[in-house]
Amino acid sequence: MLPLDAFAKVCADVRPGEDADQVDGLTPPVVAAPATLDEASAVMRTAAEHGLAVVPSGTGSKLGYGRPVERCDVLVTTRNLDGIIKHSPGDLTLHVEAGLTFEALRETEADGWGQHLALRPPENGTIGGAIATDVAGPGRLLHGSARDLLIGITTVRADGTIARAGGKVVKNVAGYDLGKLYTGSLGTLGLIVDATFRMHPAARAVRVAVVTDDPGRAVQAVLHSQVVPRAIEIDRPAGSDETTVAVEAETETPDETSARLHELLGGTPAPEPDWWNRLPEGEVLAEIRSLPARLPEIIKAVKDLPLRGSAGAGRLYTTPDYTTPDGVEELREALKPIGARVVLVRAPLAVRKSVDVWGPLPTLPIMRRVKDQFDPDHRLSPGRFAEGV
Amino acid sequence: MADTLRDLAERCTRLLGPESVISDPVRLRTYECDGLTSHRASPGLVVLPETAEQIAAIVRACGEAGVPYVARGSGTGLSGGALPRTDGVLIVTARMRRILDIDIPNQRATVEPGVINLDVTRAARPHGYYFAPDPSSQQICSVGGNVAENSGGAHCLKYGFTAHHILACEIVTPDGEIAELSRDDPGFDLLGVFVGSEGTLGITTKITVRLTRLPETVRTLLAAFDTIGKGGDAVSAIIAAGVVPAAIEMMDALSIEAAEAAVACGYPEGAGAVLVVELDGPDATVEHQFAQVERLCREAGAFEIRVAADDTERALIWKGRKSAFAAMGRISPAYIVQDGVIPRTSLGEVLGRIDALSRESGVRVANVFHAGDGNLHPLVLFDDSVPGAQERAETVSGAILDLCVEHGGSITGEHGVGADKARYMPRMFSDDDLDTMQMVRCGFDPAGLCNPGKVFPTPRLCGEVPGVRKGPHPLVAEGKADLF
Repeated sequence: MLPLDAFAKVCADVRPGEDADQVDGLTPPVVAAPATLDEASAVMRTAAEHGLAVVPSGTGSKLGYGRPVERCDVLVTTRNLDGIIKHSPGDLTLHVEAGLTFEALRETEADGWGQHLALRPPENGTIGGAIATDVAGPGRLLHGSARDLLIGITTVRADGTIARAGGKVVKNVAGYDLGKLYTGSLGTLGLIVDATFRMHPAARAVRVAVVTDDPGRAVQAVLHSQVVPRAIEIDRPAGSDETTVAVEAETETPDETSARLHELLGGTPAPEPDWWNRLPEGEVLAEIRSLPARLPEIIKAVKDLPLRGSAGAGRLYTTPDYTTPDGVEELREALKPIGARVVLVRAPLAVRKSVDVWGPLPTLPIMRRVKDQFDPDHRLSPGRFAEGV
Repeated sequence: MADTLRDLAERCTRLLGPESVISDPVRLRTYECDGLTSHRASPGLVVLPETAEQIAAIVRACGEAGVPYVARGSGTGLSGGALPRTDGVLIVTARMRRILDIDIPNQRATVEPGVINLDVTRAARPHGYYFAPDPSSQQICSVGGNVAENSGGAHCLKYGFTAHHILACEIVTPDGEIAELSRDDPGFDLLGVFVGSEGTLGITTKITVRLTRLPETVRTLLAAFDTIGKGGDAVSAIIAAGVVPAAIEMMDALSIEAAEAAVACGYPEGAGAVLVVELDGPDATVEHQFAQVERLCREAGAFEIRVAADDTERALIWKGRKSAFAAMGRISPAYIVQDGVIPRTSLGEVLGRIDALSRESGVRVANVFHAGDGNLHPLVLFDDSVPGAQERAETVSGAILDLCVEHGGSITGEHGVGADKARYMPRMFSDDDLDTMQMVRCGFDPAGLCNPGKVFPTPRLCGEVPGVRKGPHPLVAEGKADLF
């Protein structure tokens, strides 16, 4: 029996892959879109029976993350798993399917919920994608990322086994916190089917921006102040001596907080930034992870490149030159003395094939052993993460 | 002492020196339990290392000898997570007590695992910072223990648990390697899964914690209600208003009676329930929300509200709550503390069911809890001199956990599973769920020597194909392996 038939038996929405479904230049022979947890489990089990490589996907917006996959026999998309299972306002929790998009969630939240999921990834995509790639948006400073907001997760393992961890309550230490393990797993450990999150009240907030030639001082002033910043973002165009620092803070007294922030930040007041939570334009996008106090050194070290992102949380984006294959390595070398890491977030296929996407991975031996347990045949997004994972 | 342990004792003595190895049976008894005193086992050997390298060497030695080992910080855990093995080594981190770095510009501190939780705050406070996780044992519990248990506390409603405040951990893996797990590592979040793994994935030897800015203002009030239901209504109203207090704690009449007898906290007379609500943050925001909370408590039927005017009054309000567990001694010879969690909105119903359970069984249950996040600490009271009383109390205690699971909650909110609640895990998780968790365990600790017997009821052996298990494992039958 052709694999396609085998999948069609267990899942209603199955079709052959087309050019538009390509993952890293590979056209998947099968595209399966399960609509229920049981279908998802059956699809994964069928793939296991046929020894096929599976690439989990949501809207497909982040399929270019990491290294190129080596095989893609079945693209499993969660687009039919896009519902809100339960919102419990009194418990401040939300249970959703992994294929729910942020656009859809934001629309529903705006309908008088008065509370929100404190994850605002810069681009639309799915909940499952945000977990798998650990994107968070500016609020990372106050609320962390998916790993900090997840309280329960349902996944399907490589062999089709359904596995749950965590639960529906915010406070819970029973068993291993597998939600955290799946955060940043890039589709290499299993298919994320649904997730439960802690919600936050939609608090009043102000946003203040200034232009300054001393962003290091400005960021430190806000970090150590009594204002409670939700986000401290910066934008420094390539080659410029001036940086825009923008702060978002939750407050019941916006005018007072706004005045306080201007006093703390110094510099010249600037208009509402149009770059807020937008990734810098560029074919190659790299993330710099560092201690927040190293900001001035980073700004200096990458003077010729644009810099934007969450200075308060120590996560900045830049667009390194890739006209030479060494562009990323040069950036890494330049930032090494500062103790900053460089991770390639997005790049054309040819670049991702030729450069080290991740930089040093000291815990790789442990990750390999965990991977071997979850996916012994290495069929899940093979090659996407590091060697052997 | 068995030959293996004797050899190990000699090897550890060469590694650490004689002052750091305890093998005298009388001294070993000091370590026979942690904060859960109903579970006791005298360890085979106790070692008191001072460096990560020493711990790595001990772990390697245990691995070579096939001897299980258990890590212990201050021994204040309430689930028997640090319960020793009579055939194993207890690795005590109490001598690793240095605060290595306070890095204010980056809002973090790096400490050794034996450092006391409150000492981190003491060191950070002059700079205007503190370490947010505040388990009730914070004056004696260790940061390493907090990491192992993912400890909570009264203030985690707003500030989260230990997991939210750990930025990196240096660990000794079960194969005796020293590894650094960091939040900045790309790929799956090993640090996240390590925190709260109850000492089963390795031993932490250095911890980088987040420091939190001391709030500009802290305001605390005590509200008294004639019934616990009205107190619950106040909690719901506060959350519905979009206010996230730093803490919302509730005590029922029986626990108020005990606290009154123990520390004379002077809570309002005739209260069926008291609520302690604390708000912190910037002055203006706190003032605004505090007025809201006061109004919502009155609307829910509070017959008395006391607002702490200063730190002394604030401490007095907290005194009753913080002494509640210990105070049970005033009204009962013995008690079991439970740690179940329920969705906050089920509070009224579950408390009613607990009350019914108590009346039907004749076993008294006092309720003290973190009402904001639905974390109940029912205290099941019994007289251990009465035959059968403990068993009856344990039955009620188990039934309370069933109630929590039935309402979509958890068997433990902050105390951990440990040795105590491993048998309840199948009530919350399927075999497949537990097998999947075991896969992480097998990735870290294929030999199963690192704190065996905790968290999971009957773990499968690493390498065994998951699925239905019938009869003894062949390796066990051949005497080649042990099911811990």
